[in-house]
Amino acid sequence: MSEVTGSVNAPEFSLASSSLRVGERAIRATLFMAAAFSVLITVGIVWSLLVPAIEFFRQVSIIEFLTGTRWAPRFKPASFGVVPLIVGTLWTTAIALLVAVPFGLGSAVYLSEYASEKNRRRLKPIVELLAGIPTVVYGFFAIEFVTRVVFKEWFGFTVGTFSVLSAGLVMGIMIIPTVASLSEDALSAVPLAMRQGSFALGANKMQTTLRVVFPAAFSGIAAAVVLGISRAIGETMIVALAAGNKPNISSNPLEGAQTMTGFIANAALGDSRVGSLEYDTLFAVGLLLFMITLIINFISIRLVRRYREAY
Amino acid sequence: MSITTPWTIEGKNHERNFKSIMFLGLLWLSLFVAFLFLLILLVTTALNGVGRYDLRLFTAYNNTTPTDAGARAAILGSLFVVTVTALMAIPMGIAAAVYLEEFADRTKWYNNFIELNIQNLAAVPAILYGMLTLGVLTLMGLKNKNVVIGGSIALALLILPVVILTTREALRAVPQEIRDGSLALGATEVQTVTKQTLPAAVPGIATGTILAVSRAIGEAAPLLLLGALVFITYDPNGLLAGFTTMPIQIFSWTSAAQAEFKQIAAAMSMVLLVILLSMNGVAIYIRNKFAKRW
Repeated sequence: MSEVTGSVNAPEFSLASSSLRVGERAIRATLFMAAAFSVLITVGIVWSLLVPAIEFFRQVSIIEFLTGTRWAPRFKPASFGVVPLIVGTLWTTAIALLVAVPFGLGSAVYLSEYASEKNRRRLKPIVELLAGIPTVVYGFFAIEFVTRVVFKEWFGFTVGTFSVLSAGLVMGIMIIPTVASLSEDALSAVPLAMRQGSFALGANKMQTTLRVVFPAAFSGIAAAVVLGISRAIGETMIVALAAGNKPNISSNPLEGAQTMTGFIANAALGDSRVGSLEYDTLFAVGLLLFMITLIINFISIRLVRRYREAY
Repeated sequence: MSITTPWTIEGKNHERNFKSIMFLGLLWLSLFVAFLFLLILLVTTALNGVGRYDLRLFTAYNNTTPTDAGARAAILGSLFVVTVTALMAIPMGIAAAVYLEEFADRTKWYNNFIELNIQNLAAVPAILYGMLTLGVLTLMGLKNKNVVIGGSIALALLILPVVILTTREALRAVPQEIRDGSLALGATEVQTVTKQTLPAAVPGIATGTILAVSRAIGEAAPLLLLGALVFITYDPNGLLAGFTTMPIQIFSWTSAAQAEFKQIAAAMSMVLLVILLSMNGVAIYIRNKFAKRW
């Protein structure tokens, strides 16, 4: 073909010299070590959790741990059923998602589809600021404002100091930027031509957004929600402050309950001896937390790769 | 031909039906709710702290009498721990990002594995980094876990994936032509990175690292595990000194029984918020002002 097409579809070749200088090799090797260090971190996490957790499971059966409905590691006789902690985590996570998914997605759709470039650049940082607020401050806000002022004074709910509803609501606000920014990326990645095609067929903006752009970006939006779930499960300070530290399989979100992370934080404040069963319990729960978030994170990463491949 | 067409194709009258207006209203509402919460949080926290915006907050050590208590040890502790954190995490993170973005052969399984691994690490719950650090400190033979170096290791491990991911994004935004031009003029690959690619990516890297460091300043969970919730009445004076940080101090005052401690917790929260929100502001400013659109 002509030279013009040849330069547009340039053949795959590298401009870099084929044999490297010794110094370049050394620098590359050093940089590689820095990247490979991240694998060492993961190995370290697994190792630091697994060693004490194995010690724990020598004394408590895995089945009792996963199916038991009474969590009382400090009582005599102690009981190690993790179900109450999982139920507590599910409560706060579910409530957080009920807040974060609609508001996060709504913000993302507005910013990506409706806002002018100028407004987008003004409004987006404000949403992002929500992610910059430290979680202890959110926790303080949850007990001092949401529980004490809104629940007790304004609505007159019968509620103690701690409630999973308050912790979950505030956690939901914290996660809005996570959901919003990832879904906005996914929405913006949908090619303009698809919107133009839809408009050309007579659809209006809402129809185009809901029936063309949204389905096209679905895997990316799902990834955003899944990452939000992971953040909610792993969040510690808000639940440690506002959800309380009483393990509780409750059907009432106004009651307090302990989550997995809440237990770890609370137990870390105690004075359990290194090597005692009580101390190892921390790592058994930590291992469970790591496994759950690992699975969820991989689902999210897979979903992101799917939409990256599509467009 | 993908010439960017300004997309004004949609018919304006179609937007005037009830459903469309409701839909747009809901979108506005969700954005508005986010802003409203940010505002309420700032205002209520600020009001809760009224009465404790004084100099003692910065100069006094913690005290069992709420009116005499201050956060001097916590502020200095945060400063010390986060400086060491940044010194560890930023060079390491940039090095890893340069490798992955500029040198790594994507077809090799181990490079893919490293990439996947970093994406997962970025979403590992913060508290688990505290548990990892407990293990690391035990390996180092340190019996006392609540030491500055311990806190710094925990926070550095926590923000490392964030630094790597944001630096990679900044490097990816630098067009290939700049690299090609440099290589065509005879520069080696490493020279191309240090003289062309990295300088071009500085605004993006700065934004990412500022956000990562501000995350380290605000994070409390992993430090809680090291036992940083302690009563400290001295300035942290070395890598092996005991420490506490601002978020931990806020946590401890918030969980205290007396109401006066809530007041000082709120005042301290405002100090922390001012620091973090201005860092965020600077990061966003750098991104908008200096980031080149190629």
